[in-house]
Amino acid sequence: MKSLEELLAIKEKAQAQIAARDAEGNDGIRVVVGMATCGIAAGARPVLKALTEEVEKRNVKNVAIAQTGCIGMCQYEPIIEVYEPGKEKVTYVQMTAEKAVKVVTDHLVNGTVVAEYTVGAVTE
Amino acid sequence: MRELSLNVLDIAQNSIAAGAALTEIVIREDTVKKELLIGIYDNGRGMTEEQVRNVQDPFFTTRTTRKVGMGIPLFKMAAEQTGGRFTIESQVGVGTRVEALFKTDSIDFTPVGDMEATISTIVSMNEDKDFIYIRSVDDREFKFSSAEIKQILDGVPLSEPSVMMWIEGHLKEQTDELFKN
Ligand SMILES: Nc1ncnc2c1ncn2[C@@H]1O[C@H](COP(=O)(O)OP(=O)(O)OP(=O)(O)O)[C@@H](O)[C@H]1O
Ligand code: FES
Ligand SMILES: [Mg+2]
Repeated sequence: MKSLEELLAIKEKAQAQIAARDAEGNDGIRVVVGMATCGIAAGARPVLKALTEEVEKRNVKNVAIAQTGCIGMCQYEPIIEVYEPGKEKVTYVQMTAEKAVKVVTDHLVNGTVVAEYTVGAVTE
Repeated sequence: MRELSLNVLDIAQNSIAAGAALTEIVIREDTVKKELLIGIYDNGRGMTEEQVRNVQDPFFTTRTTRKVGMGIPLFKMAAEQTGGRFTIESQVGVGTRVEALFKTDSIDFTPVGDMEATISTIVSMNEDKDFIYIRSVDDREFKFSSAEIKQILDGVPLSEPSVMMWIEGHLKEQTDELFKN
């Protein structure tokens, strides 16, 4: 049962993690998913869900996932953007849930950009 | 859109963009009349009468990045193609009420799909807004309120992956319960 007790336990665990994160003072990575009509129609929701689940599964703590509106490139939706402090923004296009999992494991966990999914690779 | 739940995710973005502090999403299914009603009600900035007329036309949008708005026309079409109906009522400074009625026995009826993923996404990605979700089947219903969850979370963000997944799981359980027997 997804009870309120379970939510309380989640809250306590998250509070401890947030405190640890703040103590380390590390700037987090921000991942945003385009959620305009075209993004939603192209599959942004399962991409966002896969990102969330993989971040949770891998216990990645310094990543914040957010939504944004139109990114301005309908034909390349679903699009996600990765903002890392001190680095250039990375734009991944034509995303799927499977690709999102790879972005988490390779890029967010191991710091290796998945070049083949980037807008640069696709528009070449 | 492949699922009505994706239209709902999209239409709710309009409410969020209109600055609504509270958006209510209601899905009522009548298995005897074979009708499904989807309502999205917000207290955002609202629209003038002329805007309300224009938004039902796919060539209108107030966005600046693209010339046409597709969200409302797509949702309207999904309802009307089943023999149902679509309405928008809005008042500047008060809010907007979007309602779509579907005939569920029409061959052109799009399945509701994963409403739980839609609601958990909307709620988790918009910490600063409140949402109420009501789902009913005939005389049974459940209600989910993001404000209640926030109170329990006591500052832990709704966008925490574990929280987002809990919301979805919780809604799934409530929905399964609703459709039992
Ligand atoms: N709930 C609302 N409150 C206030 N204005 C709204 C609301 N819903 C729609 N609008 C207005 O109607 C316009 C058209 O909405 P619609 O969803 O059809 O297209 P859009 O949001 O502009 O673009 P998209 O195709 O990405 O959805 C919006 O740009 C907005 O100005
Ligand atoms: S409307 Fe498609 S990316 Fe903006
Ligand atoms: Mg819209």
